[in-house]
Formats: sequence, C-alpha cells, structure tokens
Amino acid sequence: MQRIRLRYTKRGRLRFTSHRDFQRAFERALRRAEVPMAYSAGFTPHPKVSYANAAPTGTGSEAEYLEIALTEHRDPATLRELLDESLPAGLDVTDAVEAHTSGLADRLEASVWEIRLDEVAAAAAQSAVEAFLAEDEVLVERRTKNGMRSFDARAAVLSLQAADCPGDRPDGKACAILRLVVRHATPAVRPDDVLSGLRATADLAPPVPAAVTRLAQGPLDAESGAVTDPLAPDRDAALAAPSTAAGPRAAKAASGASPAAGDGTA
Amino acid sequence: MSESVFPQLEALLPHVQKPIQYVGGELNSTVKPWESCDVRWSLMYPDAYEVGLPNQGVMILYEVLNEQEGVLAERTYSVWPDLEALMREHNVPQFTVDGHRPVSAFDVLGVSFSTELGYTNLLTALDLAGIPLEAKDRTEDHPLILAGGHAAFNPEPIADFLDCAVVGDGEQAVLEITEIIRTWKKEGRPGGRDELLFRLAKTGSVYVPKFYDVEYLTDGRISRVVPNRSGVPWRVSKHTVMDLDEWPYPKQPLVPLAETVHERMSVEIFRGCTRGCRFCQAGMITRPVRERSITGIGEMVDKGLKATGFEEVGLLSLSSADHTEIGDIAKGLADRYEEDKIGLSLPSTRVDAFNIDLANELTRNGRRSGLTFAPEGGSERIRKVINKMVSEEDLIRTVSTAYGNGWRQVKLYFMCGLPTETDEDVLQIGDMAVNVIAEGRKVSGQNDIRCTVSIGGFVPKPHTPFQWAPQLSAEETDARLEKLRDKIRGDKKYGRSIGFRYHDGKPGIVEGLLSRGDRRIGAVIRAVYEDGGRFDGWREHFSYDRWMKAAEATLPEFGVDVAWYTTRERTYEEVLPWDHLDSGLDKDWLWEDWQDALDETEVEDCRWTPCFDCGVCPQLDLDIQIGPTGKKLLPLSVKQPAAGGNAH
Repeated sequence: MQRIRLRYTKRGRLRFTSHRDFQRAFERALRRAEVPMAYSAGFTPHPKVSYANAAPTGTGSEAEYLEIALTEHRDPATLRELLDESLPAGLDVTDAVEAHTSGLADRLEASVWEIRLDEVAAAAAQSAVEAFLAEDEVLVERRTKNGMRSFDARAAVLSLQAADCPGDRPDGKACAILRLVVRHATPAVRPDDVLSGLRATADLAPPVPAAVTRLAQGPLDAESGAVTDPLAPDRDAALAAPSTAAGPRAAKAASGASPAAGDGTA
Repeated sequence: MSESVFPQLEALLPHVQKPIQYVGGELNSTVKPWESCDVRWSLMYPDAYEVGLPNQGVMILYEVLNEQEGVLAERTYSVWPDLEALMREHNVPQFTVDGHRPVSAFDVLGVSFSTELGYTNLLTALDLAGIPLEAKDRTEDHPLILAGGHAAFNPEPIADFLDCAVVGDGEQAVLEITEIIRTWKKEGRPGGRDELLFRLAKTGSVYVPKFYDVEYLTDGRISRVVPNRSGVPWRVSKHTVMDLDEWPYPKQPLVPLAETVHERMSVEIFRGCTRGCRFCQAGMITRPVRERSITGIGEMVDKGLKATGFEEVGLLSLSSADHTEIGDIAKGLADRYEEDKIGLSLPSTRVDAFNIDLANELTRNGRRSGLTFAPEGGSERIRKVINKMVSEEDLIRTVSTAYGNGWRQVKLYFMCGLPTETDEDVLQIGDMAVNVIAEGRKVSGQNDIRCTVSIGGFVPKPHTPFQWAPQLSAEETDARLEKLRDKIRGDKKYGRSIGFRYHDGKPGIVEGLLSRGDRRIGAVIRAVYEDGGRFDGWREHFSYDRWMKAAEATLPEFGVDVAWYTTRERTYEEVLPWDHLDSGLDKDWLWEDWQDALDETEVEDCRWTPCFDCGVCPQLDLDIQIGPTGKKLLPLSVKQPAAGGNAH
C-alpha cells in the first residue's frame, strides 16, 4: 500500500465549502480520476483518506493537507495533476509527496493567516495590534456545541503584524492586512477569535466581514519562529532512501513541489 | 441588467447558514456568455437548494437548453429566511446560482412544481426579483413566468401569478417555446407581451390563464371556462415525449459541493405507469408507459458515473421493478460495477414485483439495510377501492423471503383518509405489521426484527378517479391514527418491534385546498405569503393557522370555504377547475373508475391485459412502449490495470 500526502487550497468563492462538503467532493474526484483507493474493512467500506486540521467554513486556505492510501503505486506528481483537474477550480491540489514518515497531523504545529480588513485604515489596525500584543491574556467568547465558551486568545499568538493593503484600491477606500502566526492549541485559537480579541482590547470593529486566508501551516522553527513545510521530511526521506517501489519518481515529485511558508524552509 | 450580483451577495454569505448553497460552480454546471444568446431562461425549483438541486426535471431542462446554440439557462432556488432578510436589507435581488444574475434580466422564469406547497415560495422569489406578483401588472421588461411539473396540471390556484403553464413532459416543450420567443424577439417584439403569449397559446400546448374566463354558478361551482380570444383553443393538451432513448438526459448530472437530499446518479428507466392505483396522480397524468431500453440505460449509467463520481445509481420510475428487463439491468449493472463498490437503488418497488434475485443484485455492492414497500391500505377491502392489487399473502410471502435472506427491517407505507375508509380499515394496518413481524421472527429464528409503519394523509388530486372524492377532515384523520397508535402500543408481544410514524392531518388539508383549488384560491396564497408564509413543505415553517386565517379573510366573499374545497364530494356534472387542461384521460373513464372504486372492483394493468379505454393513447395518437428488447448489458471494455494515471 502506498500513502500519498497532498496539499490543497480553498480559494475564492469555494472558501464557503465546509469540511464535510470538501470530503464528499474529494472522494468523488477520486472516483472520477479512477485513483486505485484502498478501502477500510467493515460493513460499509470507505476510501482511506485522513484529513488534517481543516480551515473553518468561510475562510480561504492555501495550505490544507490530507493523506490517501492506494492499493497500487502511482507517481505523486501525475496523481496531483489528475486530481487537480478532477476537482472544481478553487479546490486546487498544489503539492503531492509519497509518505515516508509518520505523523503528518502532529507536524502541523502552527498556521500563518492573512486577514484582510476592508474599510479599516492601516494605522488603526496597527494601534489595535499593539494594544493586543501588550496584554498577557485576552479573554474572548465563542459559541461552541456546548454553548458560549470563554478562553484566552493571546497566548497562542506568536506574531501579529498590520500593514497597508498592497496596491491602490480602485474605490479609494482604506484597507488593512493583518499577518498572524498562531500556535495550534486546545481550544484552537482561530483568526475570528483574534479579531474578537482586537475588538475587546482596542475596539477594532471592521465594517465589512474580514477576508481570511490560511497561507501556511506546518512545523514551527523554534529559533526563527517561522512555519515550515510539513511535507519536507517526506521529500528528504525520499531523496535519502528511495523506496523500492517509488524509485526515481519520488525525486521527480520533489521538483514539482513548492515550499509552504517561503521563509525558512528546513 | 445582467451583471453578476455576487460581490454584493458575498458580503452577506458569512452571516448565513450553509453559504456554499448560494455560490454555484457545481461540477458540470454551465455559465454561457450573456451576449452570445438571444433566448435566456432561468429555471427555478421553488424549494431549498438541498431539495431542488437533485431535481431531475430542472437538471434535464437545464442541460437540454444549454446544449442549444444561442440559448442559455441558469438555475435559481428558494433562499432560506436568513438570507432573504439580508437580501431585502441590502437590496440584493433573487439571483441565479450559475452567473449570479438577477432573475428579472432573463426572458423566462420557468418554475417546476412537484408539489403545491411551493406556491408561497414562488411569490417570495418574484418579490425578491422585483417582478410584480400578479401577471396583469407585468410589462415587456419582465420575464415570462412559466409553470411546469405535476402540480401544473391544475395551475388555477396560481393563475393570477403565472403568465403561462406547460402540462406534461418538458424536454421538447422548452425548445418549442424557445423558438417562439426567439422569432418574436427577432421581429422586434410585435404586439408586446400579449402577442407573445398569444403565439404560445395558439400552439394548443401552452396554457395562458389570462386568455380564459372562469364563470361561476350562484352556489360557487364553476359554470364554464371559456377562451376570451379567438384562436385560443378550448382545451390545452399535455406534452408527451415518446422515445426516451432519444432524450438521454441528464448526460452530465450536476454534482454539488453542498449536501443535498439525493446524492446519486439517477437514471429514469421508464416514464408513466399503468398499474392504475386510483389515488396516484403521477401514474394517471404520465401515461402511457414508455421504457428506456436496457442498452440506453447502460450507456447513461456509464457516462453519468464517469462525469460525476457518484457511488450510487438510482433507477428511477414510478414502479421500477416493473421494467420488462429489470432483472437483466440490475444484474448487468451489479456485475459491471462490483469492483467499484457502486450501490444500486430502486426507489419504488411494488410488493408483487419484488423478487429475491433482484434484491440480491441490488445489494451486492452495497448495504443490506432495509426494504420499503407501500401496501397503501390496511385492509383487503380498501386495497380494492384504491386498486392497489396487492394481497396480504403477497406481502407476507415477500417479507418472508427477505427476512430469510438476511434483511432485518421492513418499512411499510400507508395512507389514511382514503375514500370509503372506516376505522376498521386503518386498524388492520396494525394487524398487518404484527403478521410481518411474526413471520420475520419465524423465518429468521431471531427476535430483533423490526417493522416501521409510516402513514400519510390521503389528498385527492386532479386528473385521478378520486378527483370527485371527499377528503377526510384533519380531526377525523388524527382520531383514526390515534386509535391505530393505541392499538399498536397496546400489543404486548409485538408492539415494541413496530415503529409508528405519522403526520397530523392539518398539512394535508392545505395541500388539498391547493390541489383542487380554483382561481379564487390565489387570494389565499397571496395573503399567506404576505403574512410571512414560506417553505410550506417544511414542518418547522408551515403554519396551519396562518392558512386558515387567510382563507377566512378571503373566501367568504365567494360563498365558499376550506371545507367546500376539501371535504366536499363532487358530482358527475360539476365542471372541475382543471377540466380545460387535457391530461389525455377521458373524464368519463375516470368517472367509471371512480364508480368501480366505490364498488370495490379492481382494474388490471393494460400492459398485460386488453385496453380499458382510459383515453390517453387514442387521444395523443400514441401507444405504450415497452420491451423486452432481449439485449443484455455487456461488461464495458476491460480497464487498463494501473496504466491510466501512471503512464509517463
């Protein structure tokens, strides 16, 4: 059995896809692409797919990950193309490697988020960020299955920066961009929670809903604080000791891959 | 006027439930350039996206129209109240999910009504679209509002809100209508909206309510329905597509990202039914029987699965086990897709057409969960009245085989409130369930056998032999079902193995009012809509009191009331509101069949016995079209093992 790890996106209007919606769409794409899936045993067999740490409904993402198990060997790069073609535009498969290590989910230690705040001036965003970062603890509330729950949104935030939106806006309206690095913890601190925190500490209340996109998720480099590519260990392992089945294909896959965060890939 | 409203809509989506249903982009959906087309349709299913998207009728017409050069079709569905409120607040109009264009910008809004309970949703959509609710207030700038679907066989209750209606099969009809619109537009729209409607009406197969006047007697009954313009036919006839193999739609079924009520590759294996169940409007209005060939079915399934990736195939029809080659179809498909773990389902299976070989084929690649049958009536007597032609022995024999082959659960559907029904007829449903469980325990040697009894209230429908019948009142329906419930619960030995599900009688009365209503019911629908009525098919949104209040406010001036429309028995002489819409059935034959029902006389299926003169075939100059063809489903060419995705 071959295991392949994929990176995929939720772009544009398809960011409104819920995780359950994505699962159904992905499993159908596997069928259309005639991928030789391994199935679970039991009364109602399911294709073996494990999803890791999916972004919430309504937020975009450039860095979602999952792993599939195949009964026959496939070249990861070819499979990536085939699946990408089979999925609707916006749900794009951007990277694929053969798994040579365990624990992909555990490697997703932190996320980099971009939060676009339309009609908010960069200066206002900047002062709110400073107020937020000055606190040791920022309590926020979120509705969960068990009712309203209160928790700290500050400790998990590793960095938070505000900037102007790049380029001139055609309508001349202000626009600020927040770049957030947050450690994955329990309860998870999501961009929404940080926005609630900014509202609580600095009264920052964006007039239109924020456009939120996950840019990267992966291992956290302790020294630099950068979020690195979670698929890198598999690529390295493939180069060091190509599996008998994979042969030269694994190396080929690596060339088609893109680093996750850009800054400080291991 | 055709610009996308998506940017405005997008800002609202983070605040609503399940936003994905509003964004479109489904696999196999189509967005054609606006300017490249001269006839533009928006197609609506007037219910939530999750119900409307899988609707076969809309999917077929969407594809048939989009295949045409110079024609585009986009879909629109009812928005939930949370989004409706935001759209009103921010002035976002009713939009299509394909191009997110305002519905008001299209030439036609075609609405498919499977049930009358979608009428208030039509008004919501029109209002959100900025289209006047009543046809008389519309101008050349507004789309034609066109109704289709089974409920359109009596469009009179919504006649005020419609410009036109089509009865019967839509595939060819939409193309004919498209041509008429195209010509009229090309000629520079001579005579305006009225001329276009007149050209449609002249064909004899598009009903334009405004060209007919309804005259009433002093007692409230209709005296006659008469064309008010020369050239308009007295009766409008239904469309019938004869060769289903020529119409293999949908070829590219839509695959949504959002979860919907049916997630499968559906193929209609035949249209029409001549079993002759007297309560069944679908069986009466879709005659004659027209089968799709076994090879045509095989091809549609193959292409459809490749285009969708669905993991289940549904073989649809009104009684799927009645296809002359169903055994070979099921076996052929199960063989072909065994490796791919594709399940097969037959949504409507008659007790007497069930056989264990077929059931085994259907479950070979999937689950063996439960079996569902619809005896419809609890007593032998009432089953004769409704012409169900299923005996209790048939049922026991069938469930015995099923339980003996590993099934553990049987679901049985019944109706309450059938003509001539007494408490005793309904109480016998309990006996039937007990006998089913006793047989199951005996055959399987196990006690964990379940039988679920599900009961709906009977609503008399137009174009059926029961169109004259009195409907049972909500109170009597509820009282009868309570007696049955007490009887089942009181059974110490079997009661716990019987699941009992029923709906109270109130929604059925509203459905009855709308089904057999006339133009005077339009005022009730409008009043309910204005009072906030939406999604009447949904228990959590439906309000009986709202409907009764609206009826009391609007009907007395005509000297009629809800009971007059529902629980009143009609006589032979009465002009029925839908008599000028021709389903092909001879009214005298329907009356004879109604008399046979009262005499408890059964009538056989004309597929296997001589013709009973229901009128459809000679009227439409057609005949039943059934197999067998004698052909078999061959395995598809052997898949290249491992070659496909790995070659390089």
